[in-house]
Amino acid sequence: MLIVERPGLLTTVQDLGRYGHERFGVPASGAMDPFALRAANALVGNPAAAAVLEFGFEGGALTLADDGLVAVTGSASAVRVNGRARPLWTALYVRARQTVEIDLASGVWAYLAVRGGVDAPPVLGSRATYLRGGFGGWHGRALRAGDRLPTGPRPDARPLLDLAGRTLPTEHRPAYAERAVVEVVLGPQIEYFTDEAVAAFLSAEYAVLADSDRMGYRLSGPSVAPLRADLISEAMPLGAIQVPAGGGPIVMLADRPTTGGYPKIATAARADAPLIAQCPPGAGRLRFRAVTVAAAQARYRAQVARLKYIQGPGEAETFI
Amino acid sequence: MRPPRLLASGDSAVLVVFGDEIDPALNRRVHALAAHLRAAALPGLGEAVPGYAALLVHYDPARLDEAQVQARLAQALDALAAEPAGAAPERRFEIPVRYGGAAGPDLEFVARHAGLTPDEVVRLHAGRDYLVYMMGFTPGFAYLGEVDARIAVPRLETPRVRVPAGSVGLAGRQTGLYPSESPGGWRLIGRTDAALFDLGREPPSLLAPGDRVRFVPVAD
Repeated sequence: MLIVERPGLLTTVQDLGRYGHERFGVPASGAMDPFALRAANALVGNPAAAAVLEFGFEGGALTLADDGLVAVTGSASAVRVNGRARPLWTALYVRARQTVEIDLASGVWAYLAVRGGVDAPPVLGSRATYLRGGFGGWHGRALRAGDRLPTGPRPDARPLLDLAGRTLPTEHRPAYAERAVVEVVLGPQIEYFTDEAVAAFLSAEYAVLADSDRMGYRLSGPSVAPLRADLISEAMPLGAIQVPAGGGPIVMLADRPTTGGYPKIATAARADAPLIAQCPPGAGRLRFRAVTVAAAQARYRAQVARLKYIQGPGEAETFI
Repeated sequence: MRPPRLLASGDSAVLVVFGDEIDPALNRRVHALAAHLRAAALPGLGEAVPGYAALLVHYDPARLDEAQVQARLAQALDALAAEPAGAAPERRFEIPVRYGGAAGPDLEFVARHAGLTPDEVVRLHAGRDYLVYMMGFTPGFAYLGEVDARIAVPRLETPRVRVPAGSVGLAGRQTGLYPSESPGGWRLIGRTDAALFDLGREPPSLLAPGDRVRFVPVAD
């Protein structure tokens, strides 16, 4: 059981997302930074799809009702257990009634995994919160002080103390930055844009606007207005970069609607979804670099494989 | 019949583009491929999500590369082309609608715009079968067409902040159903009590892409 003491600004239950219902208009949702979620789960020996807490824009504090194992990842700047600073990206043994505090100084999304996972009731096969629809996660809403979240059964018999201390070394953690370079695959509507617009898109720096949210990040920079606006609606994946007539690109993220009617100049590489998500709205800046599908896929496979560098007790490979 | 174009939509999805217009024949090809892929359940391929004239096919880049996905899609398209063009089984729904008044605050506007009486607008709207071209916008929102050209209307210039659940809207040659309360810019001509999206049901959505729908006027 996790007891929320200080909920923060936007803390929700998330997992890898809700798939298989997009044709009915149900958004995927899920963690904004899927790598940080996978890493947090791997550190505490959970399956990759286990549910965790996602802290948005602000940290928070919670208490464990029983002895447990937690790991804090993403762009958290500090984690304290009963006031004492503990390492990030590391499995931490926490005793019953001890308080875990998470700080988010400059980043955007932090994750706390607990051994056994957060056992919110699955909706359409996922525990991810979809705030706009008011379902999934914990009663379809952000967490409040006093919420008591059950944790699931431990996935295997290994004692918590045997797993405590497992860590992902610094060099294998994502290099989040306020100025990030993001790889993209051009298209699918590249013919809707002039060569000059595509060149501008790939050379300029774009500010991430403050009115960005879990649905998408709005960008401001050189206009890349499409030649025409006659695209009929079609489905779009994570990372699709839509450009409305005004010319300001929007990167579609976890809570994106399943379909859209604006031409897409490019689609972000899946491996870079974490970098985009962690680029702070109102302060962050993004640049885009075109790559081939094969290159983007190779980076994604290498990113997931980084979890095998988790050091410490236990065989990390088992949990990827 | 032109073969569709296969376009990379990032590193984890391929867009199968059959055309670039809202057309029932193109849209049926989208649903036929989606149904074929769903039945085949090929390893590594994810959900196939219909648009008006394009199908987005997700895949797992850790298991399949782009060439493998393109080969699988080409095979599926060949298999479909070889199938006899029998009538695909269509699900049909009748949806009761209260037209006008508080349930349809824009019915008068649509009538004035069309130069018709409100009753004539209702007769034209309820007088034909619609195809569910696709779903999107919010969970369970169905895009239906095509509406009689005489009652095609532009969207609101300023969308409403709050459209009640069950509202029936018009936008151009499209008509749609708002399953839950949400913002919305379509002209509202009626409302239904049908449960369009209910998480207590499997699947939660009453309608699916490719279904046929007819609206039945009912009294308040």
